[in-house]
Amino acid sequence: MSRNPIEDKTAVVGIGWTEITRRSGVSVLSLAAEACLAAIGDAGLTPKDVDGLVEYQANDSVGALELADVLGVPAVNWYTDIRGGGDHAVSSVALAAMAVSSGACDTCVVYRALNGRSGHRFGAAKPSTMGGRDQWVLPYGYMVPPQWFAMWARTHMARYGTTHEQLGAIAVNQRRNATMNPRAVFQKPISMEDYLSSRWINEPFHIYDCTVEVDAACAVVVTSAERAQALRHKPVYIKGFAMGSFGRPSWEQWADMTEMYSKHVGEMLWRRTGLTAKDIDVAEVYDCFTYSMMCQLEDYGFCAKGEGGPFVASGAIALEGEIPVNTHGGLLSEGYIHGLNHSCEAVSQLRGDAGQRQVRGAQTALVTSGAGILGGGIVYHTK
Amino acid sequence: MTATTYRRPLPEPDVETRDFWEGLRRGEIVLKRCNGCGYYIHYPAPVCRNCLSTDIGNARMSGRGTVYSFIVTHHVVTPGFEDDAPYVVALVELEEQAGLRLVTNIVGCSPGDVRVGMPVEPVFDAVTPEVTLLKFRQAS
Repeated sequence: MSRNPIEDKTAVVGIGWTEITRRSGVSVLSLAAEACLAAIGDAGLTPKDVDGLVEYQANDSVGALELADVLGVPAVNWYTDIRGGGDHAVSSVALAAMAVSSGACDTCVVYRALNGRSGHRFGAAKPSTMGGRDQWVLPYGYMVPPQWFAMWARTHMARYGTTHEQLGAIAVNQRRNATMNPRAVFQKPISMEDYLSSRWINEPFHIYDCTVEVDAACAVVVTSAERAQALRHKPVYIKGFAMGSFGRPSWEQWADMTEMYSKHVGEMLWRRTGLTAKDIDVAEVYDCFTYSMMCQLEDYGFCAKGEGGPFVASGAIALEGEIPVNTHGGLLSEGYIHGLNHSCEAVSQLRGDAGQRQVRGAQTALVTSGAGILGGGIVYHTK
Repeated sequence: MTATTYRRPLPEPDVETRDFWEGLRRGEIVLKRCNGCGYYIHYPAPVCRNCLSTDIGNARMSGRGTVYSFIVTHHVVTPGFEDDAPYVVALVELEEQAGLRLVTNIVGCSPGDVRVGMPVEPVFDAVTPEVTLLKFRQAS
């Protein structure tokens, strides 16, 4: 049996965002402060009620203690600065839940802030070293995530016959969702023709297969289930989470690139929570690229391995489909706040606050983060 | 071509990779193999992940392999590749061990002719006097 001692011990009680733009014109510190104050305020709290901070970044953001200083948090009882990728969109919230449920702190703010378009861009990294494992890949012009994930997508297309139109169905559906999201950086609908005629980035990926880099921040506030009862919103409880990798955690030596981290993490998550994909009402699935999302849908069990293409093309992932996915437009259309915006949207959906794109009666949500060799999943619910 | 005109990233060999890069200059592919169990260890490491032996040696590879996956890069971000788009980056799986893969470029054919599963053979490309890169082409 799997242990899940954190089950329902904590809840998300506040969410907040800045405006999502392509050029914020302000510092990352300013974005972080604004999003955190919005989330703390949403909970009906002030920074004086906060005693924990967790953030993740890729050397492009503001540390937890700097932000605590700026916001006037009187005492910090837990803080963690994580260096890493989108996998930490879940692990950062999980860490806050662990910190609160262990008693390390009482109320923890989790944030991600970046000038991801006007400042440090993920899709335009500069080679920093030619040593270590970089020396095996950079000399061949293989350097950035849109290349790695295109490489993974190709294996699925070759083995299962997954098509460009099926990947396009994800991009088109998420843009449709974004038309109902006033925050989204892209709100103009796209058609399948738009998708298919858009320029190549790395075949098999068109530009619409790739996330949109933005300047933005978002934050969530995690506190104990007991305290959550007394706050202003319906508590969104953290049912359980899982994160990790398996086999050979190498982008090139991974045993079977038609599967991702989620093959392992998905099994662990369902074992810990006693749930399955069938229990999920709405899923916000990490979509750095269209294919990343599709492969995770298979691995978490929303459809069988190899059937992701027909599944997404069938309309199953639409707002009115059997499992609405990336209801805010996702990272593809709302914007790449490195995945933490998936948790904000899930909380919004479970509170019933999602306006025109609200999934009716949503009580249980899956949020995933990361893709390829590493990542995590977390289940939120109301009861 | 001299290092001053070759603008692309060049490897910085270290104690784990020096034998590989020196091998390429001789036209040989030299990877690490466990002397205990025969497992090929890539990326190079001082411990065999299969049997935990630390007795690691060199092994010369046949160079025969197949394309496990590939992409065609149109949007160039790696310095020095600007004039070569679209270019093919592939993962070539070597015949000696399942899952033993190298990142490489496929040369000698148009990007549209590359296929997953295509048999390939090595091309030793001396890009500078000091550095030879390992590329592949469709097997003859």
